Amino acid sequence: MATKAEILDFIKIFGDKMAEHRQELTDLDQVIGDGDHGINMNRGFNAVGEKLPTLADKSITEILKTVGMTLVSTVGGAAGPLYGTAFMRAGESAKSKEALSDQDVILAFDEGVGGIKFRGKAVQGEKTILDSMIPAIDAIKKSIREGKPMTVALDEAEKAAWEGVAYTKTIIATKGRASYLGERSIGHQDPGATSMAYLFQAAKEAAQKSGK
Amino acid sequence: MKKFINDVENVENEMLEGMAFAYPEYVTRLDGFDVLVRTEKKVSKVALVSGGGSGHEPAHGGYVGKGMLDAAVAGAMFTSPTPDQVFEAIKAVDAGQGVLLVIKNYTGDIMNFEMAEELAEAEGIKIASVVTNDDVAVEDSLYTTGRRGVAGTIFVHKIAGAKAETGADLKDVKTVAEKVIANVRTMGVALEPCTVPAAGKPGFELSDNEMELGIGIHGEPGIERKPLQKADVIVDYLMVRILKEFNLQAGAEVAVMINGAGATPPMELYILNRRVHQILTEKGIRVFKTFVGDYMTSIDMAGASVTLLKLDTELKELLLAEADTFAFKM
Repeated sequence: MATKAEILDFIKIFGDKMAEHRQELTDLDQVIGDGDHGINMNRGFNAVGEKLPTLADKSITEILKTVGMTLVSTVGGAAGPLYGTAFMRAGESAKSKEALSDQDVILAFDEGVGGIKFRGKAVQGEKTILDSMIPAIDAIKKSIREGKPMTVALDEAEKAAWEGVAYTKTIIATKGRASYLGERSIGHQDPGATSMAYLFQAAKEAAQKSGK
Repeated sequence: MKKFINDVENVENEMLEGMAFAYPEYVTRLDGFDVLVRTEKKVSKVALVSGGGSGHEPAHGGYVGKGMLDAAVAGAMFTSPTPDQVFEAIKAVDAGQGVLLVIKNYTGDIMNFEMAEELAEAEGIKIASVVTNDDVAVEDSLYTTGRRGVAGTIFVHKIAGAKAETGADLKDVKTVAEKVIANVRTMGVALEPCTVPAAGKPGFELSDNEMELGIGIHGEPGIERKPLQKADVIVDYLMVRILKEFNLQAGAEVAVMINGAGATPPMELYILNRRVHQILTEKGIRVFKTFVGDYMTSIDMAGASVTLLKLDTELKELLLAEADTFAFKM
């Protein structure tokens, strides 16, 4: 399950990682893109960070939707609408509950990835954010089905996400700016898949911190 | 990296302020937004809104004015603007006859402008959009996101803008915009990469004897890296690719744009134009009008693109119609 406090913590930790890894994400995006992914994500999460104190007493739905709308209006590019829609849809799925059960968490992730697929019109295997997100969500579902606690499930998710990131190195980009490089995109890691892996890392860390 | 900047976080905002201070008779900034609108009062006609990331100056603010755009939205460097910004621009210039969005074909631009279109529709604003995709470097296939919208987009601003000034309705303005899109093709080449201020270093590395073919406008690597050649050889290569896209018989008429990427001197753009002109003349193709200059740049990239627009009677008339913006006048 996930409490409001854990979700707020997760958002803060993810924001910290977007600051910590800003140059890394920018560098990755320079090789197969225009070099702004780290800069944009950091800017978006700085704006989110400023809003977090005002969200402490709001519902989980409102928290996630506000994060989503803030990202849409500050990140720009492709990442803004994709991450923004993901957070907004996850928020809607939470239906103003005060805490999320394991199944609610899975639903939130499913709605999030559904939002990204809808906006981005991509599927797995095109060297995008989905290539770390989908394996990670599949790993959560598998762990929960096997009766493992959410902390373990998120740890499995993070591992699967990084494997997805490594996979993106081996394939050609058929979506986004990297697709203009054609075969030259092979051998290079996708920046969007990388920031998404950090999202699962942040989720895992938030769950571990609250000791479940 | 040596640039005339202050705090790297403020580059885009300070650029817009400086632009608005320079040309108050043409553009006015929407308070609190990264949007420039026409200073002259709203005229009852279809309004044109375009934009994209910063870093392409004079695009897009330079094309706001009579005969071209009504509003230009500036995103962060090389980053498409967000839906709320585009929506403000739409609301500010809608005069009741509808708004046409001119969107360049990039994943981010399309998503953000599409979301703004949804917001506008929800407000009952008549809205339509076209997507420009003139770059020929990338194959348009199932395996790509389609071709990029690059310098040829300016011909859409000019011709659709002229059509809107005649009082045409939204459907007809969109139709002529799509005609331009179907008949304009571009290809670019870089001699040096560009440096995004916040990234602090060039987007890629070229040695002294290398050039990057098939570049876009956002500083990303091109489709091919080749040894540097003489200007005529480079133009020949670009023109083969561009002409392959058209069925131009002798007697056909074209408009030509030689666009500088920001750090290429006019001298070199004229040398490129010389060869473009020679090739077209050899083929019996008439150069109706030529535009040479920095129209859609990539910050400080040393590079250029060649654009050909195939003309007919309607397009020629609209191309020559009056336009008065700070970066393009007719």
